[in-house]
Amino acid sequence: MTGTQPAPGPLLDVRDLSVAYRSRGGLREIVSGVSLSLDAGQTLGLVGESGCGKSTLAAALLGHLRAGARVTSGEVLVDGESLFAAPPARLRALRGGTVALVPQNAGHALTPTMRVGHQVREVLRVHRGLTGEAADAEAAVLFAQVRLPQPRVLLGRYPHELSGGQQQRVAIAMALAGNPRLLVLDEPTTGLDVVTQAGVLDLLNGIRRELGVAMVLVSHDLGVVSAACDRVAVMYAGRLVERGDTQATYDRPTHPYTRGLVASVPSLAEPGLPAAMPGTPPQPGSDLPGCSFAARCALVEDRCTTGGAPELLLLPPQPEAPSGDGHHSACLRAEEVRALPPEVRETHQRGARVGDTAPVLVSLRDVAVDYRPRRARSQGAPTVAGIDLDIRRGETLALVGESGSGKSTLAWTIAGLRAPSAGTLVLQDGEAGTEDLARPAARRPPGLRKRLQLVFQNADTSLNPRRVVSDALRRPLRVFAQDGAAPLGERVDALLDDVGLDRELGGRLPGQLSGGQRQRVGIARALAAGPDLVLADEVVSALDVSVQASVLRLLDRLRTERGITYLFISHDLAVVRSIADRVAVLYLGRLCEVGDVEAVFSGPNHPYTRMLLDAVLEPGVRPEPGERRPVEEPESAPPEAGCPFQRRCPHALPGTCDSVTPPWRDAEGGHRIRCHLELDVLASTTADTKELEAS
Amino acid sequence: MTRTITERAPGRLRQTWGALRGSPSAMTGAVLVALHLVIALAAPLLAPDSPVRNNALETLQSPSLSHLAGTDQYGRDILSRTLYGGRLALSVSLSATVLAVGLGAAVGCLAAYRRGWLDDVVMRVVDAILAVPPVLALLVIVTVLGTDPVVIVLAVTVVYGPGVVRVVRAAALDVVPRDYVTAARARGEGTFSVLLRDIGPNVLDVVLVEFAMRASWVVLLISSLSFLGFGANPPTPDWGLMVSENRSMLAVAPWTSIAPIIALSTLVIGLNMAADGLAKALGVDRAHGGAA
Repeated sequence: MTGTQPAPGPLLDVRDLSVAYRSRGGLREIVSGVSLSLDAGQTLGLVGESGCGKSTLAAALLGHLRAGARVTSGEVLVDGESLFAAPPARLRALRGGTVALVPQNAGHALTPTMRVGHQVREVLRVHRGLTGEAADAEAAVLFAQVRLPQPRVLLGRYPHELSGGQQQRVAIAMALAGNPRLLVLDEPTTGLDVVTQAGVLDLLNGIRRELGVAMVLVSHDLGVVSAACDRVAVMYAGRLVERGDTQATYDRPTHPYTRGLVASVPSLAEPGLPAAMPGTPPQPGSDLPGCSFAARCALVEDRCTTGGAPELLLLPPQPEAPSGDGHHSACLRAEEVRALPPEVRETHQRGARVGDTAPVLVSLRDVAVDYRPRRARSQGAPTVAGIDLDIRRGETLALVGESGSGKSTLAWTIAGLRAPSAGTLVLQDGEAGTEDLARPAARRPPGLRKRLQLVFQNADTSLNPRRVVSDALRRPLRVFAQDGAAPLGERVDALLDDVGLDRELGGRLPGQLSGGQRQRVGIARALAAGPDLVLADEVVSALDVSVQASVLRLLDRLRTERGITYLFISHDLAVVRSIADRVAVLYLGRLCEVGDVEAVFSGPNHPYTRMLLDAVLEPGVRPEPGERRPVEEPESAPPEAGCPFQRRCPHALPGTCDSVTPPWRDAEGGHRIRCHLELDVLASTTADTKELEAS
Repeated sequence: MTRTITERAPGRLRQTWGALRGSPSAMTGAVLVALHLVIALAAPLLAPDSPVRNNALETLQSPSLSHLAGTDQYGRDILSRTLYGGRLALSVSLSATVLAVGLGAAVGCLAAYRRGWLDDVVMRVVDAILAVPPVLALLVIVTVLGTDPVVIVLAVTVVYGPGVVRVVRAAALDVVPRDYVTAARARGEGTFSVLLRDIGPNVLDVVLVEFAMRASWVVLLISSLSFLGFGANPPTPDWGLMVSENRSMLAVAPWTSIAPIIALSTLVIGLNMAADGLAKALGVDRAHGGAA
């Protein structure tokens, strides 16, 4: 590989690639006639809903196919060499040496029993023939390149000793070890916190500038793609439907599907939930006449549903948008679509606020949860401590923070699945007095248990895979037998209606439902008990944007209709802005800031809230490369004294923040910030950061 | 209600059945086991002669038309004895396996769900029992308590149950942290209800495979007991006992041992093949994915 002259032509050239699966009914095409090319140093984002063939295409770029799949037409050329025609030995050299993959879940992709340094050295030995001291030195250089602190020390660690962001960086270092010219990244930041995600994307941009590596980035998150990619390709039902400059594509989409995707993303700038895109992608391999998007398209015409699939055609350049040249669209009405103003979806505004005078439903006073064994409690501090929080009847209180900040722990404690080690938790019951929530669920009276219900993040594991949907709903109905007038079957049907699911689905197993449908079943199960408070733990973070909106709307509709209160846990601030009334920010198990959603999003803010807000990526907005502050990895243990955020805070006051617990400062309207800095100082730091970004 | 059941059944059963059908070795195993069960049940109809009637005039005859598998030293018809010989072994093995796997699975799930001291105690007891060689333990129990079939069933349960506890507990540990179990716990459902509805069905595949595997070991173990003289008492027709009775005549009248040996080995091989096929069909080593 060394010294060979790069072949003329593009670095990556995919020509009319089709991949099909062998299935019971013959071959099902999951990637159909995809053509794209990429020059050295370019970045391409591949977006689309799940089930559209993105990952299959990404794997094909490395000459890899899942078992049972095969290429039915076309080829993939990397540096002029066809991957699927290459003999196995040559393919092995090309993989890792010329094209390298950064897998979706670095935690699973690293071998748990091998030190990460060893895993990197293996790549160095295979692809660059480096061994011994030379390999060690090179591995350390790579670790420094991906901005891992103390490279020499980290080389000796096992994967489980690293945080999620560090694991992802190690995976990137491994991919870089073979000096590839093209990186394929499959959802590289999915599952990472916003702050960590911002750090990884910043790193990717840096690597591209320093090493000139080309990248193909697969993501369902339009914000991630706009932060890292010059060009974007939109995939629907196995075909590319639009391809062009990222900015131009988001500003002036030329395919209705792209328009729909862009309009589905909730914005941080303005509150309100965009309406969901109707329908779902067709089953992979279903052969529809004409355009596969026709069934969901608002601009459909007769000619769209006949004949073959529309081809991806080059559009004439637009005089007012010079960056938009080379724009391809597979829509028959592409020109008209481009001329349309940005899609204005009817945005759903949340139901009326309950206001500060609403009665308190759950009140937490100085609550602490301690996971440490009893012997170790003399040093350090408990995992969650000093939580003072009121949840008002009928409101949506969002709990925000990075993973490990104790959001779920707090929700589980309220649900009675964890025991608090200190403090009081009570459910206020109007005239009937109060109920103690410090008891575990098993010791609470059934009347209390039914009033608090959980909805889980991962719809895959929240439903018993061996029981049909109606069974899952019948169970809580029976346990909490409310007004047992109607027969169970009817009440199950009524619940399915309430959450917008077809009654037919009652007889299905969870494995036969889509992610969005499963999450609706999870919500219906919580509703079945007739709860007052629903603890919703990251309920939409595993869903496609197009589905997210409809689930969030459902939650909000149920709130206004039934007077349900939500404790809504999320790390997605745009979602929080759309649905929450109030926000509580948690860092390392301590509250930093509590306030109305408008107040929190307009500032002044706690420095940690500021950091979270700065890390949010919006589609169509490309952050300045390298402008972000280098982001340290989140900490795991709270400090013994002082402010929990002291070690990462850019404004930390030595001698104060590390020893004195900060006071709560009251801004107007119940907005409280726990910081040593005065409010006006905090307000000016907020402005500083904004100016910095604007300049 | 009826719709619910008819819709639920195909998903898993048909899938499993399809996978079993697709594997020749699994089908062979299943057919062998089924054949043995039918023969054991229908032995009185199939046997040409009484399995225990002595006939001093026809001792040690080689296979012929009147005695298809020959006769033994007492002139008993080997074919009839072989056809009957599986009844005791099969009934004792099946009930012992059902009991061992059933109890083991229940205890394993309970230990995984409750954890804490219960788990510690159960697992240390399991370790202790697993440290003793099974045949030795069985011999000691049978020597002290006698060779009654009930004693043998209980002895096998004690010897093989702990292994099941360990395997099922490991499978259940994977299920316990799942959100649907958490949801049931938050609903305040009782331990029994959670085990029965949420954990049980999700370790059922592991339990079934465990059942088929253990069954073949137990058949062998019980036949070994008979061979050693601790199982069936003469003149009961039993494979292990037949091999033991006739082994001194192996050189002069090999047919006396060959028929029961063939019967026993086909049963064990059949059980093993069926267990392997079942494990593959249920995807026991794969992740729990539901019906895709």
